[in-house]
Amino acid sequence: MVDNLTPVLTKRWLSPRSWTLKTYEQLEGYTALRKALTAHPDQLIQQCKDSGLRGRGGAGFPTGMKWGFIPQGDGKPHYLVINADEGEPGTCKDIPLMMADPHSLIEGIIITSYAIRANFAAIYVRGEVLHVIRRLHAAVREAYEAGYLGKDILGSGFDLDVVVHAGAGAYICGEETALLDSLEGKRGQPRLKPPFPATAGLYASPTVVNNVETIASVPYIVNGGADWFRTMGRERSPGPKIFSLSGHVERPGQYEAPMGTTLRTLLDMAGGMKDGIPLKFWTPGGSSTPLFTADHLDVPLDFEGAAEAGSMLGTTALQIFNETVSVPWAVMKWTEFYKHESCGKCTPCREGTYWLVQILQRMVRGEGTASDIDTLLDVCDNILGRSFCALGDGAVSPITSGIKYFKHEFLALCDQNSQVLAGASA
Amino acid sequence: MSTSEEVYAASPLDPVETHRLVTENPAAGGAGDQTIDTSVFDQSIVDRAQAIIARYPQSRSALLPMLHLVQSVEGYVSQAGITFCADQLDLTNAEVSAVATFYTMYKRRPCGEHLVSVCTNTLCAALGGDEIYAKLRDHLGTDGKPLGHEETSGEPGTPGSITLEHAECLAACDLGPVLQVNYEYFDNQTPDGALDLVKSLQAGEKPQPTRGAPLTDFRQAELQLAGFFEGRDADLDGPSAAPETVRGAKIAAERGWTAPAMPEHAEFPPLPEKK
Repeated sequence: MVDNLTPVLTKRWLSPRSWTLKTYEQLEGYTALRKALTAHPDQLIQQCKDSGLRGRGGAGFPTGMKWGFIPQGDGKPHYLVINADEGEPGTCKDIPLMMADPHSLIEGIIITSYAIRANFAAIYVRGEVLHVIRRLHAAVREAYEAGYLGKDILGSGFDLDVVVHAGAGAYICGEETALLDSLEGKRGQPRLKPPFPATAGLYASPTVVNNVETIASVPYIVNGGADWFRTMGRERSPGPKIFSLSGHVERPGQYEAPMGTTLRTLLDMAGGMKDGIPLKFWTPGGSSTPLFTADHLDVPLDFEGAAEAGSMLGTTALQIFNETVSVPWAVMKWTEFYKHESCGKCTPCREGTYWLVQILQRMVRGEGTASDIDTLLDVCDNILGRSFCALGDGAVSPITSGIKYFKHEFLALCDQNSQVLAGASA
Repeated sequence: MSTSEEVYAASPLDPVETHRLVTENPAAGGAGDQTIDTSVFDQSIVDRAQAIIARYPQSRSALLPMLHLVQSVEGYVSQAGITFCADQLDLTNAEVSAVATFYTMYKRRPCGEHLVSVCTNTLCAALGGDEIYAKLRDHLGTDGKPLGHEETSGEPGTPGSITLEHAECLAACDLGPVLQVNYEYFDNQTPDGALDLVKSLQAGEKPQPTRGAPLTDFRQAELQLAGFFEGRDADLDGPSAAPETVRGAKIAAERGWTAPAMPEHAEFPPLPEKK
């Protein structure tokens, strides 16, 4: 039986000055790189496939398979781009990881670049996290000075340059093709797929885009092996995962547990609900994943478990709300977010989020009618699956799931025409 | 050609914003903009712009960091800043404008000495973020009118001037409600605590962020976002791991919980056969 918490990625965070190369090297840092450079790149891709590692940015795509899509011997430059544009509401795992342990990401980048034969990698980090950007820049500089980056890394003949690239405040750039456009110095708007980044990504060359937590997991897989990685988690969602608990819990924070753990287990470790006020609703993986309620405390939080229960694992950002919070109000706030962040490229998302906000604000003001609920669902139906990228799909999740579980609260707003439920109390 | 009254009447924007667009528009088109004076960007800034370009396989990738560099000089992206970037990257003003107006962090009006960003996304708002924002708006407003989003209290750029904005999720939800000053984190805020913080900023003090380097000002922060850290190595040591950050790791250490031990020698799989 595996322990309730399995610190792998988070273990080094407790060490003094954990962000420095010195500390990192004292704690097995860059041993995986030395080992990886003795292997054939295709062995590393195979090992990643064998480990079952799936993308930690929300979609859960098998990482080794993604690496394997890069055409080899095509004569084009290959690129690795790290999606560090963490901004999905509730999500707060990559920021602390990069702040506390930037070298684990950089070591993962070097190994991955070697595997996919990339000689240039970029870390696209959101701009609002200056301390993280500072630490990443310093870690990259230290890695160059120590010979882990640059020409002929550790005498292997492999060259790699890494750049830290600060974004400028656009949630949509977390979408991988919008991120690539943004990295090319353009407006961050998603591209039509296909072609996929694996064939035409950055500068129209084969590109792997992976999340921070995904790539930071790679050195451990190299050192421990695929079978070791699979001792944690479940068959189709193996490995450890950082679960971020926020909101009305006694001790919010970062808890690294095997995939498939439950909110009940996590809540227990986090001291339960704050002040004992009962749980009302929560997101399993950020605001784009449909809401869960107190009935979902025992849902195994992995890709399959969350999906079977009607939601998605997303980024394992567990935002937890107690009975004092109005669901329509929360849904309105999230919808305002999606409206603000909609890039404007496609009509269903641009126009749909605009009108959803208008309707929800009217309902929360107490001026709604019961037919507004039908209108909301109708607009959602016109956005879901009809938008250019997943932002539109995410935007309807809080609304449809909110109405599914808490329709009475929306109806109550219409009946009373009052603001009794309209605000959240602290 | 419309009379200016017709332009103002037809504009959905407020008169101040409309005036800005009307007066700036000739330069935004890219043609005939020789009148734009970019001399505020001296040789040292040109050198930095070139250093940014050198980081990338293709020059245009330098545009986002270069716009941060522009803000480090003027405290916002001016028309001169747009022309400067266009000149450095061999783009048109229109191409640069299109990018500068897309991203929230590029400010279209001069910012204060400090930029205060309050998270008002759902979770922070439920924990008090909306109250914090309302309190700061009231405090920084004048004549009973609360300060608006991206408006500045005081003469922009002068000591104690503050630009206020509401922000979307700042990826610190376990520490909510959060706000940032010049993109450094102030965690677990209260309305009164945030008010005290802003008052001390106005008085010229520089309170230490919960996580981050000692405060400087908005322009210094933008220089670092452009990737220039000269002489500020000590900033790295600013606190990072809040108690919340290491909670899981601490509990595991206390209870002796670990990940399963790694094998002594984990072999690589055999080289897959070429298909």
